[in-house]
Amino acid sequence: MQARNARIGFMLFGVYLLLYGGFVLLNAFAPETMEATPIEGVNLAIIYGFGLIVAALVLALIYGFVCKTGDEPSDDKEAGQ
Amino acid sequence: MIYEASTIAVVFFFVFVGITLGLSFYLGGKAKSSEGYFAAHGQIPWFVNGVAFAGDYLSAASFLGICGMIAFYGYDGFLYSIGYLAGWIVALFVIAEPMKRLGKFTFADALDSTFQSRGIKLAAGISTLAVSVFYLIPQMVGAGVLVQPLLGFEHWVGVVIVGVTVILIVVTAGMVSTTWVQFIKGSLLVVFSAILTVMILMRGFEVADKTVDMEFHDVLSLPDGGKIEDAQWGTELGDVGFYLTEAPSSVIAEGDHWYVGFTEANSKLDHFWRVDPLEGETGKVRLSPALLMAENSDGEKLLNGQRIGPDAGDQTLAPVGRVLELPENEKETGSLGPVEFLKTLQNSKVETWRSETIEDPAHGATKAYYARQTKGSSVLRPGEHPRFKGIRGDDPLAKLNFLSLMLALFCGTASLPHILIRYYTVKDAAAARKSTIVGIACIGFFYVLTLYLGLGAMTSGAMDVTNSNMAAPLLAFSMNEWLFAAISAIAFTTVLGTVSGLILASAGAVTHDLLTSGFGMKLNDHEKVRVAKFASVVVGAIAIVLGILFRELNVSYLVGWAFSVAASANLPSLVMLLFWKGTTKQGIIVAIVVGMFSSLGWILLSADTFEKVYGLSGSDALVPFSQPGIVTIPLGFATLIAVSLMTKKQTAGS
Repeated sequence: MQARNARIGFMLFGVYLLLYGGFVLLNAFAPETMEATPIEGVNLAIIYGFGLIVAALVLALIYGFVCKTGDEPSDDKEAGQ
Repeated sequence: MIYEASTIAVVFFFVFVGITLGLSFYLGGKAKSSEGYFAAHGQIPWFVNGVAFAGDYLSAASFLGICGMIAFYGYDGFLYSIGYLAGWIVALFVIAEPMKRLGKFTFADALDSTFQSRGIKLAAGISTLAVSVFYLIPQMVGAGVLVQPLLGFEHWVGVVIVGVTVILIVVTAGMVSTTWVQFIKGSLLVVFSAILTVMILMRGFEVADKTVDMEFHDVLSLPDGGKIEDAQWGTELGDVGFYLTEAPSSVIAEGDHWYVGFTEANSKLDHFWRVDPLEGETGKVRLSPALLMAENSDGEKLLNGQRIGPDAGDQTLAPVGRVLELPENEKETGSLGPVEFLKTLQNSKVETWRSETIEDPAHGATKAYYARQTKGSSVLRPGEHPRFKGIRGDDPLAKLNFLSLMLALFCGTASLPHILIRYYTVKDAAAARKSTIVGIACIGFFYVLTLYLGLGAMTSGAMDVTNSNMAAPLLAFSMNEWLFAAISAIAFTTVLGTVSGLILASAGAVTHDLLTSGFGMKLNDHEKVRVAKFASVVVGAIAIVLGILFRELNVSYLVGWAFSVAASANLPSLVMLLFWKGTTKQGIIVAIVVGMFSSLGWILLSADTFEKVYGLSGSDALVPFSQPGIVTIPLGFATLIAVSLMTKKQTAGS
């Protein structure tokens, strides 16, 4: 169970690392791409930045959901006290 | 006048602190054992703990520092928001559950659970103390900065008030009350920031009128080949403002530009402009509003060479931060949606302020603040802040410096001791996981708001050009006084809460890691709590002293130190212990020591520290760039692996 959670954690961590790494490298080596305004006149810097924050939450929720559906210790039901 | 002592703010503040203290006395009665004191009996509900994570994490630096940085430099401040949040991903996916399973009270417990080694406890205890104290300094400095203008006290009074209050909170109740204080504070911070953001969107943008105080950015033609010394002020320069029909009261040359002062006929007050030659156009100059701040020999503050004060004939510091031009020459936008707000700003022109230190023949070293017309599209892109400028250039070291900072932010969160101890306040690994998810939701939502708060402050016409940390409270002040009172009180409790958490982490480190385990002192449960309380008072007192000593230092700069040291010293051991079976106790000890000292040493030898702390030239610095993370974090990992492999062989051979 622990190993399974850890494996899922590492996978999701890898996904986020790619997203964050892409953001940081774009900023460092091609900052002008961040000035493009692809959607609704808002620039890529803001879209990508907000995207990273939303992605963090989405991945966290996926993790919470996937771990919960496994055979969690039985005391889980009291956790919302 | 930007600051007026507000009765509402004062009353609100004391009510807030009163309620907080009352709550901590009440809850403190419930925590008698050491487990209760340090880890709240492991019985804090996960949701409360999750919001308390946000309370712990959204420190004065997050709230005041990031809003201020966005208000003055735009998008670059938001890079901190992104980095700080990303760190939580490391905490959730890699650290949270194993930490909860391994430890009891402190980060050192977790590291030591496999080895039972005195050396590990000592090393981890010392690194916890070092990181906590580094993190404490900016919080205390922030406390002083807040109190000064709001309540009219001196900086040191603010630091002492916060220090004493926090010591009281920690000594009375420990982790239970600290958690509840953080829960209340975290919720209020997020809720009020959301309210403020809605109000910013409803207000929209409005182009500022030209005022008598500061004319905007006019271009003039200089006669006689563009020499300002020969310029006949007055009719020859055209009618751009009534001051300019007079002779200047002073002209200060500084490099390729000048600061020129004029005396207003009625009030006898001096006003300054910065005059820059227009690139590629001989004989043409641009006038930008400027403010010169200096001190006279009595230590009195001077603005434009005259005393600052409330009386007639005294100078007052005018608030700054306006929109100069809106798309399609509109005068005001009315209320805007969240996307429309960003789009409108992207196509507008705003005024941003920069500063430099100049030599005024009349008043000596003077800080000159000057306004710049800036395109919205520039404000909303990375690379405007001096610290991030390097990413637009070709210097690979500057780019490396940026990567290093973003790496330290990413790795630092999961290694901060006051965040790590929060994993012990919940019941089990599942609760630890859930509270982290709640924490990420609150913190992420708040960080999205910081962009709006900062940009709203930038265009609110209420900023104090000398103090970017005050951007968020002053933005609230531009809305109404009640909101100002609420935001200030929350900012105070923000400092209180974070400082309590840090002091508690330090007290835990001293009691468990250094005294009991490191030096082998035998303490029973009650003695442990007593020693911890005593340690809290000592650490609190140290924090008060450091907060007063370091008052000149930039808050977010100091937080950067703490993140780098935490990530370099703690993360390698934590991660390798959890995921590499070959880790040995010697490896852990050496990695902590090497990570801690290499990152500290790097910081002390960097250009940033040379300039801001020692007052030396940054070019004399002994390390190639300022942020240590990209070198010292891998160094910590490498050390651990190397030492573990070496010591493993010995064990196998013997």
